[in-house]
Amino acid sequence: MTALHSVAPSEETATATLTRAGDHAQAVRARRASGSRRARRSRVAYLYVAPAFLVFAIFLGVPIAQTVQYSFYDWNGLGTATWVGIENYLRVFEDPQLRDSFAHAIVLMAFYALLPVMIGLFLTALISRSHQMRSMSFYRTVLFLPQVIASVVVATIWVAIYSQNGLANEVLRAIGLADLTRVWLGDYDTALFAIGLVGTWLNIGLCLVLFLSGVGNIPPELFEAVRLDGAGRVREFTAITLPALRGQIAVALTLTVVSALKTFDLVYITTRGGPGNSTTVPAFEAYNRAFNTGQVGLASAVAVVLTVVIVLLTIAISRIEPKDVE
Amino acid sequence: MKLSLREKIVNQVILAMFAVFAIVPLLGVLLSSVTPSDENTGGFAIPSRLALENYGEAWTRGNFGVYVISSLIVTTAVVLLTVVLSILAGFAFARMRFIGSSVLFYVLLLGLTLPAEAFIIPLYFNMRSMGLTDSYWALILPQTAQSLAFATFWMRNQFRSFPGDILEAARLDGARDIRVLWQIVVPPTIAPIMTMAVLITMWTWNEFLIPLVMIVSNNLRTAPLGLAFFQGQHVTDYSLLAAAGVMVALPIAVLYFALQKRFISGMVGGISQR
Repeated sequence: MTALHSVAPSEETATATLTRAGDHAQAVRARRASGSRRARRSRVAYLYVAPAFLVFAIFLGVPIAQTVQYSFYDWNGLGTATWVGIENYLRVFEDPQLRDSFAHAIVLMAFYALLPVMIGLFLTALISRSHQMRSMSFYRTVLFLPQVIASVVVATIWVAIYSQNGLANEVLRAIGLADLTRVWLGDYDTALFAIGLVGTWLNIGLCLVLFLSGVGNIPPELFEAVRLDGAGRVREFTAITLPALRGQIAVALTLTVVSALKTFDLVYITTRGGPGNSTTVPAFEAYNRAFNTGQVGLASAVAVVLTVVIVLLTIAISRIEPKDVE
Repeated sequence: MKLSLREKIVNQVILAMFAVFAIVPLLGVLLSSVTPSDENTGGFAIPSRLALENYGEAWTRGNFGVYVISSLIVTTAVVLLTVVLSILAGFAFARMRFIGSSVLFYVLLLGLTLPAEAFIIPLYFNMRSMGLTDSYWALILPQTAQSLAFATFWMRNQFRSFPGDILEAARLDGARDIRVLWQIVVPPTIAPIMTMAVLITMWTWNEFLIPLVMIVSNNLRTAPLGLAFFQGQHVTDYSLLAAAGVMVALPIAVLYFALQKRFISGMVGGISQR
């Protein structure tokens, strides 16, 4: 986070601003007490911030506080709510289905975050000094494309790919693995794995674009120097590329880990948490229990736990980042 | 430093492989959308003819005319509201000193990382008690609130790098802050404002959870929500589904190809600055 630098208005400008005809009365008042001049400046600033802050507070800030409040009650969304203390939180950790949903989120993290970051770094190591390649911008455009397609559309596309005669099974048949074919999203053993791979597909491009842009900022002389020392590819990568990419790795991990934990649209469209509960995730549980099964308090507790996990992981990942001095 | 020919080839091959991996599913859906319904099994096959009528059929059967208009209304309103409010707030955070400014700013920043699940449940019940559910307001206001965190943060960063002496000079000339902002600060900042507007357009257009929770009426559904329902009704009609999917994704994809530099720099830059 960066510190706030604000420009202090000088005394003259404050008076100059005030001595316009319309502000005459205020100008008189401002001259009366020099302290109130700054106070008026302050009041004006609040007028600028107020509209945005009101919208933010009413539709986001207050509901966040209410989610915490709801999580201590047992409420079906219609009748009266009863206070149950931390019972909902205990249930989040005791209810096997809810526990599983968090376990599934961890599995998805491996697919959404670890795999793309690893593959991205591996490719970055192989692609040396790619900023000198003219065709880079074309690849960047293509690799980034999955990021801008609506998740609902992405889900629809992959439902077809994983279907009985879809692309996934076609590829398997083509390489002689016909006995492996199945309806990937309908199978207890493979549905979560199939959803995870969609995340891998989504995030590889993002990671690669981030890392390559980072490599582009490394002075070429550094590479020249290690090459002259006779260092190989591996040494070059660990000594120069990896340390230089710490910031990008932190950003990529933050984005991908959070996207794994927030997974909702994909699960909702492809499996609704099924078959059984094999692909249910916290975000889906929160939605489903609040709006379908009438367990609003419990759903809120799931949402609070999920939010806390996201915030903690974001903070943990930001420790990787080099502290940059602005 | 010159790359050897071998290195160049290796680079190209690796990048090409992953570009293919990224693009094949998207090409597949394009192909599927022009495959006649009766020969589409959901796989990857060259169609016997271009069945462009799939688009017309998906459009009318899926009611997409209505959904696209909904999406346009909501997206336009969210972008306009967010741009105006974030310019005002960003300017104050960047250029004015007031008590509690850092506290307010950090509260806003919370919105950058929090999942929608953190607020959507009470938000629905609040909206219901205000009688606002199942209306455009139920989509516009929360999505504006969601966008404001990023937008204010973005605008503050832009305005902080604005030369201070120009501001001082304008103030000495007796211009009021609000005129300084709209006539002197905003015009040269129009490019980053456009970048932000483009990103918010994408996020708003693609949003699924908020419409799913707030909207009941068929005629208020946004394009992604309409597609989700359409998908539920026509699970195995791959041609229709593909055509519908292409239609929902196309506006943003076209925007992306036209302004790819803005998209990528905005997404990479906006996040990296945190």
